[in-house]
Amino acid sequence: MSTNREIAILGVGMHPWGKWGKNFVEYGVKAARDALADSGVNWRDVRFVSGAATIRNGYPGQVAGATFAQALGWQGAQVNTSYAACASGSQALAAARSKILSGECEVALVIGADTTPKGFLKPQPGDRPDDPDWVRFRLGITNPTYFALYARRRMEMYGDTLEDFARVKVKNAKHGFENPNARYRKLFSAEDVAASAMVADPLRLMDICATSDGAAALIVSSVDYARKIGKGNAPRVAAISTVTPSFASALVEMPDIATDSAVACEAHSFRAALPKKAYEEAGIGPEDISVAEVYDLSTALELDWIEDLQLCARGEGARLVREGATSVGGRLPVNPSGGLACFGEAVPAQALAQVCELTWQLRGQAGARQVAGARVGITANQGLFGHGSSVIVKC
Amino acid sequence: MNAPTQQQDTTTPQPVLPGWFTLDVKQPQLLGTRCTACGTYYFPKLTTYCRNPDCDSESFEEVALSRTGTLWSYTSASYQPPEPYIANTPFQPFGIAAVELERERMTVLGQLATGTDLGTLKVGMPMELVLEPLDDGKLTWKWRVVGA
Repeated sequence: MSTNREIAILGVGMHPWGKWGKNFVEYGVKAARDALADSGVNWRDVRFVSGAATIRNGYPGQVAGATFAQALGWQGAQVNTSYAACASGSQALAAARSKILSGECEVALVIGADTTPKGFLKPQPGDRPDDPDWVRFRLGITNPTYFALYARRRMEMYGDTLEDFARVKVKNAKHGFENPNARYRKLFSAEDVAASAMVADPLRLMDICATSDGAAALIVSSVDYARKIGKGNAPRVAAISTVTPSFASALVEMPDIATDSAVACEAHSFRAALPKKAYEEAGIGPEDISVAEVYDLSTALELDWIEDLQLCARGEGARLVREGATSVGGRLPVNPSGGLACFGEAVPAQALAQVCELTWQLRGQAGARQVAGARVGITANQGLFGHGSSVIVKC
Repeated sequence: MNAPTQQQDTTTPQPVLPGWFTLDVKQPQLLGTRCTACGTYYFPKLTTYCRNPDCDSESFEEVALSRTGTLWSYTSASYQPPEPYIANTPFQPFGIAAVELERERMTVLGQLATGTDLGTLKVGMPMELVLEPLDDGKLTWKWRVVGA
């Protein structure tokens, strides 16, 4: 697609991930102020505020866009709030892009922040057999169950080993060790992973990501505006894919207890569909990608994503990590930020955090975790209820 | 297809999800629905709108699903799941399987039969449905290796 479909990323900001005991608004304002300072844009010049909702912070969280706009000082901008599970940040970014490309505004703030309770994410209380989330927990099926089923499937189909999964953790820990915004900044060995408690065979505690508080924000604008303020070379958003799955589902997805039946319709992989749309929209292919930020809810899932992004053939993901290709310094670094392994998941902020990392990488500002010569980056994530996203950022 | 009739009295263990499976202890079956127009199966039962994008049917019949399939993948619950799961103290870890049903072309999750050793499992193994109580005594479906 032509460059007039692109928007510029003028500024990015984050509140470090962690359990800081603050309100989500404080995290968000910190991220927004950092993004504003990074962009050089005055708050009053932001004419659209696009928030990603948090479902864990009452009404202010449901109207997150307005909550942040008020905290930063009402100045008459238009406002929006998006909720799309793990893809909420990307949906909020897509809303900003639409406003900008339609000419309704030139500069927008896109923002997401969350506080998250410790431990397993739990369903709402009550006796609710009509709710698939209630049903699966009633039967003892937690989130790690799904990650573990996918991981075991890889072992049986492709010959992946526990050591391969541990390599992903060791690699991401090394990346995140260099990231001031990461929650966990500690180096781990394969022995550490193997010694951690079994959660859902074959996955151990250190194969599975935690939850976290955190916030991320972007200042985005039209390409014309970026040029006008002397930032014509700012990284561009080249694609935002937020497609739904196509019936029938090929994989049993959280929180379901069964796949769709593929009797009348062929089965489709949802994860693979997300980047496919992004590539089509950006008019580029996997061969153009220099860095990827993917949703490593588990170590094994990072390998699935690498294949879904078509960065290698199906079943070849483990080989890439064994060869060191996905490490910073390798030919195709994956999760240079440290990924969810080092951040923990802060749902409405996570997709935006991925875009922040790509922005730093493409500007050459990622410090010790810098991917040399990064020109094009892609993100991927997937959440509950048919939500997921893939964003392409390029120089 | 009609589901086998269910007869219950006070001595019969109660199902964890009434109407989700037959209470035939020897040959239990999951109870789903099937779209009368396009033939797509649903489990849990769907009786509202067919989810096939090319089918606008709102007509479904109840069907008993195949009670055998092949193992797609498996795992364990080594930590006690949160509520509404009800666990004995101390918590006894259990296995979980995903089983592919050939006729329905779908994969269904369930706990593994008590005593299943994960180390003996291989993807592709034939599996069958059995009924066992959960820790609170309510009956549920579980997957067991055929002949185990």
